Amino acid sequence: MSKPKFAMYWAASCGGCEIAVLNTHETILDVDANFDVVFWPVAMDAKYQDVEAMEDKSILLTLWNGGIRTEENEHLAHLLRRKSQILVAFGSCATEGCIPGLANLSSVDDIFATAYHTVSTVNPDNIHPQPVFRVPEGELTIPAMKPVLKTLAQVVDVDYYMPGCPPESHQIAAVINLVIQVLQGKAELPPKGAVIGAGNSTVCDECKRKRDVKHITAFHRIQEVAPLDPELCILEQGVPCNGPATRSGCNARCPSVGAQCIGCYGPAEGVLDYGARLITSFASVIDATEPAEIERILDGIPDPTGQFYRFNLADSLLRASTKAWKK
Amino acid sequence: MSAEEKTPNKKPEKIGVYVCHCGSNIAGMVDVENVAKWAGEELAHKGVVIARDYKFMCSSLGQELIEKDIKEFGLDGVVVAACSPHLHEKTFRTATEKAGLNPYMCELVSIREQVSWVHTDKAAATEKSKAILSGGVHRVLFDEPLQEMKVPINPNTLVVGGGIAGIQAALEIANAGFHVYLVEREPSIGGHMAQFDKTFPTLDCSACILTPRMVEAGTHPNITLLTWSEVESVSGYVGNFNITIRKKARYVNEELCTGCAVCIEKCPKKIIDDVYEAGLGYRKVVYTPFAQAVPKYPVIDRENCTYFQKGTCKACEKFCPTDAIDFEQQDELFNVEVGNIILATGYDLFDARKVTNYGYGRLANVFNSLEFERLSNAAGPTNGNIVLRDGKTTPKTVGIIHCVGSRDRNFNNYCSTICCMQSLKFAHLVKERTGAEVYEFYIDMRTAAKAYDEFYQRVLEEGTLMVRGKVAEVTDAARQPHEEGKLIIQVEDTFAGKQRRIPVDMVILSNGMEPRSDAKETAKKFGISCSADSWFIEKHPKLDPVSTMTEGVMIAGCASGPKDIPTSVAQGAAAAARVLDKILQKEVALEPIRATVDEEKCSGCRICNNLCPFNAISFVDDLAVTRINPALCQGCGTCVAACPAGAISGTGFSNEQILAQIDGLLMVA
Repeated sequence: MSKPKFAMYWAASCGGCEIAVLNTHETILDVDANFDVVFWPVAMDAKYQDVEAMEDKSILLTLWNGGIRTEENEHLAHLLRRKSQILVAFGSCATEGCIPGLANLSSVDDIFATAYHTVSTVNPDNIHPQPVFRVPEGELTIPAMKPVLKTLAQVVDVDYYMPGCPPESHQIAAVINLVIQVLQGKAELPPKGAVIGAGNSTVCDECKRKRDVKHITAFHRIQEVAPLDPELCILEQGVPCNGPATRSGCNARCPSVGAQCIGCYGPAEGVLDYGARLITSFASVIDATEPAEIERILDGIPDPTGQFYRFNLADSLLRASTKAWKK
Repeated sequence: MSAEEKTPNKKPEKIGVYVCHCGSNIAGMVDVENVAKWAGEELAHKGVVIARDYKFMCSSLGQELIEKDIKEFGLDGVVVAACSPHLHEKTFRTATEKAGLNPYMCELVSIREQVSWVHTDKAAATEKSKAILSGGVHRVLFDEPLQEMKVPINPNTLVVGGGIAGIQAALEIANAGFHVYLVEREPSIGGHMAQFDKTFPTLDCSACILTPRMVEAGTHPNITLLTWSEVESVSGYVGNFNITIRKKARYVNEELCTGCAVCIEKCPKKIIDDVYEAGLGYRKVVYTPFAQAVPKYPVIDRENCTYFQKGTCKACEKFCPTDAIDFEQQDELFNVEVGNIILATGYDLFDARKVTNYGYGRLANVFNSLEFERLSNAAGPTNGNIVLRDGKTTPKTVGIIHCVGSRDRNFNNYCSTICCMQSLKFAHLVKERTGAEVYEFYIDMRTAAKAYDEFYQRVLEEGTLMVRGKVAEVTDAARQPHEEGKLIIQVEDTFAGKQRRIPVDMVILSNGMEPRSDAKETAKKFGISCSADSWFIEKHPKLDPVSTMTEGVMIAGCASGPKDIPTSVAQGAAAAARVLDKILQKEVALEPIRATVDEEKCSGCRICNNLCPFNAISFVDDLAVTRINPALCQGCGTCVAACPAGAISGTGFSNEQILAQIDGLLMVA
């Protein structure tokens, strides 16, 4: 009997998700033992035409990481959706946009202008990439940028979501094991649309620090608080820790080593807008009544978008113009 | 069934829509027939099976229409598009319940306050009404049947403020056989009324009519009188409030003190009495504000007491025959449990110094109204002799200026209502006691209450001179020889049509009322609202003037706006009637709109722990989860919004309901 087929694809993302998969150590051998890896550009040679030639639904499991930023990303999302039985939005970029999603604050023109024509770029020939370029031999094309970065689910139907930037390797291993067990008839798949490889509560649930009622009188950047009390809740020490609003599953990795949670596991179950949740909860524990005093405390968060929507902007309720989103 | 043990609920499938004309209130700006017709057609796919419009949905015929449809069509959801839910949500929910449907399956959306009253374009208003109605229909699909929870009412009542309104309220309740805690922050009850000499228009002696009430309140077996005390904090809800009261140290043991006043007599230090005597007289450092004070126990003014400042003296202690002086006494904090609260916190006098052109505080013989009350009071610093600031000269001409700080864009826009009558009373008293020539400078003469205008006629007949015009300036800079040594009132006489300068010996400023300077904090403490001016806001300005939007908290007297004595007394009694009504019901139904925690999702981050205004939230240490007491929760939603994990949801305001409503709104927009 032939092995079920496995694919993994890397769209608009940094590549950390791929490394996290490799970081599952010997579990990666289980993937090879149980699956026939048919498409995984970072690990093996494959052509898009090979995928296009496959029968629809012939791939059992596809892990998709990265957001949808270009026409190429979009094309592959539709293609792999068609070819896969189970499509997993894998990692923060695919589930909620992540860092590339912060570019939704700028237009494509502004992004190109910054990337190619500011003092930070050495570009003596003033090159500006075009989707279509004529050369004597003919026409060269590169995929055009879409007006905004979208999450995978904003483009195609998604079966499961696996959060994290990147997903923790032990969670990836657990998910791979689960799928193998399902194949062996020893377990059942969770309901469609479920978040897998993560907990049902928030980071605080896994955080060992001592928590009390919160009275925030100032926000500090972490480097300004030295040393941080190793036992006490980081938020209570005035460092904006996103743990209270962030889905559990990472074993509170950052807070346990003295860094605030920055929210890579995304919103908790049922939360519609991660940043809005976080903003209302921080606002609720600011211990001041005078507008000027509140203003001073909030000035301690110099980059609110980065604080509250670092990973979630593309999936948030805050969106660019309807026109951009409809394209 | 409580909200916690909800049975799986199916979405409503047969929805009735009712669009109210509200006479011409809505129909004048919204094409209500069109809205109803549209809902019947365009919202049919959402389950709307019947859509009607009716002249007055809140009338008994309108309600019967809903009841009949529920029975006839088997409706399982009702949406009424009419006025604000504040007004008639209960009406329509009751009608729904009468027809056998859970009342919380009825939604009222406002197309009056939110549409017809605020728009001028009929076509656009009609479209907006459709959007709002569509929101309601989308929302009702996610409504769930809810049950009210009944809790017993504590029969005790807290009355805050011992002026005439508070005294009246306390006596009404106490006489009905229920216990009252009457809290007053000054050493004695009596309020402003205790400072007046005569009351308009009958010219009764204020003290003569007030002090019997004060004594009654002070000795009533059902009244615990807590003077020199303030409410520190309030928790709980209607029927079950927990009040923390700070009883400030008097340095006099009330159990030993007989009120003999030897300590007052022997105290060697006199200071100017800024409160009761309005700065015109003196009082000792150990004092009662006035002779008829209730209670009779004096207070030591720690700030000015020689012993407290310098460590020696103790004259009061040496002479006290019962050893009642106790310099070691501390403020005492204690709790009382009450079912209802009446706030009768009164007003502050407008500070006439702010109107710099009238010279109060700069020109000696410009008096404010309270100073004049003390000056004319037989028990006051001058024994009722109306004299100039030198304490001996009787004025020959007196000018009384109305609307000082009131009806003035620079200060308060509102009319303080009592100043016209107060000024006429002043004129009468000046005439009666000194025979001086009296001028009244007024903008409009407002004497609109029983026997008020008759009093005005009487003062006119007594020869008081009326000048209609707003005074520009009071000055001592003479231009003519006959102005030398006088105060000159510069005014435009609008009847004579010319500027006049009128020299007088004495000016009385009829300054108006202002909200208490700490009214906003008080409102916050008791969970009620203030107007932009800082007056407390009534539940309904006409039909419910002594209730507030917070169940179990009533207001009476000047705390909600300027009032005369009869109105304050009537309000005190009305607020008491409201409280007695609640007490006699023995239990109160709590709206089932409240928050619940999904303990599975709660990570124990404790963000919400300090937010609940009703102290309904507690933290379970060993499980590291937060819990909400359903009896204490008032469904305000503060914790729901704050919960970063989305672990707290508000019954009746679930995400599904709110998002569906937004979807419905945007479907049309």
